[in-house]
Amino acid sequence: MNLIILGVNHKTAPVEIREKLAFSEKHFEETFNALHDYPELKEKVILSTCNRVEIYARVGNIDDGIKRLKDFIYRYHNINKGELEKFFYTYFTEDAVEHLFKVSSSLDSMVIGEPQILGQVKDAYTLAKECRATGLILNQLFEKAFSVAKKVRNETRIAESAVSVSYAAVELAKKIFGDIDGKVIMIIGVGEMSELAAKHLISSGAKGILVSNRTFDRAIELARDLKGSAIRFDSIEDELVRTDIVISSTGAPHFIIKKDMVERVIHKRRNKPIFFIDIAVPRDVEPAINTIENVFLYDIDDLQNVVDANIKEREKESQKAMEIIKKEVGQFLNWLDGLEIVPTIAALREKAEAIRLKELEEAFSKLGTVSDKERIVIDNLTSAIINKLLHEPTVNLKKQIESTDGHWYIKVVRHLFNLE
Amino acid sequence: MKILFGITLFCYFISMVKYFSYLAVRKRMLFIIATASITAGFVFHTALLVARSMETGHGPYTTTFEYYAFFSWATVLVYLIAEIRYKIKDLGSFVIPIAFISLAYSFSLSRYVSTTVPIVQFWLTIHRTLSFIGYATLALTFGAGIMYIIQESQLKSRHLGTFYYRLPSLEILDEINKKAVDIGFPLITLGFISGIIWAWQRDGYFSLDFKRTLLMIITWSIYGTLFFGRIMAGWRGKRAARFVVYGFMVVIIAYIVHIY
Repeated sequence: MNLIILGVNHKTAPVEIREKLAFSEKHFEETFNALHDYPELKEKVILSTCNRVEIYARVGNIDDGIKRLKDFIYRYHNINKGELEKFFYTYFTEDAVEHLFKVSSSLDSMVIGEPQILGQVKDAYTLAKECRATGLILNQLFEKAFSVAKKVRNETRIAESAVSVSYAAVELAKKIFGDIDGKVIMIIGVGEMSELAAKHLISSGAKGILVSNRTFDRAIELARDLKGSAIRFDSIEDELVRTDIVISSTGAPHFIIKKDMVERVIHKRRNKPIFFIDIAVPRDVEPAINTIENVFLYDIDDLQNVVDANIKEREKESQKAMEIIKKEVGQFLNWLDGLEIVPTIAALREKAEAIRLKELEEAFSKLGTVSDKERIVIDNLTSAIINKLLHEPTVNLKKQIESTDGHWYIKVVRHLFNLE
Repeated sequence: MKILFGITLFCYFISMVKYFSYLAVRKRMLFIIATASITAGFVFHTALLVARSMETGHGPYTTTFEYYAFFSWATVLVYLIAEIRYKIKDLGSFVIPIAFISLAYSFSLSRYVSTTVPIVQFWLTIHRTLSFIGYATLALTFGAGIMYIIQESQLKSRHLGTFYYRLPSLEILDEINKKAVDIGFPLITLGFISGIIWAWQRDGYFSLDFKRTLLMIITWSIYGTLFFGRIMAGWRGKRAARFVVYGFMVVIIAYIVHIY
């Protein structure tokens, strides 16, 4: 019994290759029917997202299993054998379990900690289950992967800091204002990005939305969308007095917000902090305003730097996540070996019994005439030797399987006694 | 008493180390241990001060040893209130060291019992208790002020380091400053007044010994300036934080100069 993975992802294959190998959700029944033609693949799940295509399978023999999986992919997608060989990666048993846990916990994602992948893995598993492609082992493996992902999310800060520019702006605002609740936002210049940032702020609790635009009609339009109010371009300074967060993205070639203007505003605000997010290029806000106390200014590059810092922070957290995963992999392998322990003990006993019977027969034939009573005594004697000899190993094997390195005991016993 | 002292000091030390480690590596367990040991330490500390008061027959505020031990106790008290109220997990890293150093220093001092029994104990107790809580509140505000200055410089520099992720928002740190001043200023004012009443009743006439009340006057001026600065001139944020940080340092220096 072996677990294998064959796949490509954003690290090993460019999008031209990944799209060739992708499996569409629409045709999943047909796909699984094609897979059912390979009886060697006892259980299987197909995970196909824009960043990865992976097939998880339980097989009897690893090499044979990989060969079958490749054969299936080539045949299904009408690709010449060997053409894409270099893009594939494979994982077996322990590594396969670890890989799935990493994928579902979003450690293998392009953006570490992104939340979509867990849903995608869940969908992939559900589809496979509906098509009766999974069994005891993959069911347990995937359920475990979901709980590991949840644990990683709860116990590390892997998904905590923002990795998009607009979310980074919201986070910065929270570090300045503590609470976005009830804060007033001003949007200067209608644009896709300013709208997005504003929407994030509104969903965080911002109340008043002021929209200003060169062409007033567009301001009215967006104000209506965001349930805010439109303001005239020339009243920006007056309105700034009650504004906490400014998102600016006009196409103007010169600064719209100047230092002297902000100095007057901050005085009228009695030093209440004000946060300028300048996503315009060329910039709308004079950089020198950052020197004014209680005024904070971030332009598009600054926000990008914040995002980069956040990504680094996530990478640090991913080491913590790996510790959790390693532990869970060990637990899963023990469960897996628990399944093997009964057959292992049975095989061991069968082997011993076969040897006993064979040797007994030889002995009787050498002895010639033996009375029934003697026969019974000798028979019982050999049985007792075997039972007594195997009793302790059996008990200890059952005990050891609970420990973290229990799976090694099974391997050793199978190897020592040459059990298949 | 010596054992009680040792246990308290040990608890504060553990708490301080755990708060630092929590700041460095985010493990919830570290914070829980830190808070548990500071709370346990506070209980022992309280017992210690009660025992000392029973021994001397008056509150712990007549010898230098008692000053440090009492100040440390008041700082932990104010800290515990702030932690319950604001739930800022890293405040401990900035405040507990003050309490620890103060208590550890008192350990090195002579524990003689003052032979001159203070008179008019009622006013003295009021005076010393209010002033010490006032000083402790300033120590807490100092801690929050340092945090504010660090966080503000992170946000201004636009290069975010570890502290940006660890420290709370500017708003909440400024709120601690405001609340502390709102509470500390009346406390120190009442402490001042009760001190004057005590001296009056003791001597029978009104007097103001500038040398002996210097510390009180400095602290009172810091609180007063900040209190009115916030109301009248709209002081807040970095200016208020910086004022408290410098102010607290001045108080410490004045105290050291005063005793030597």
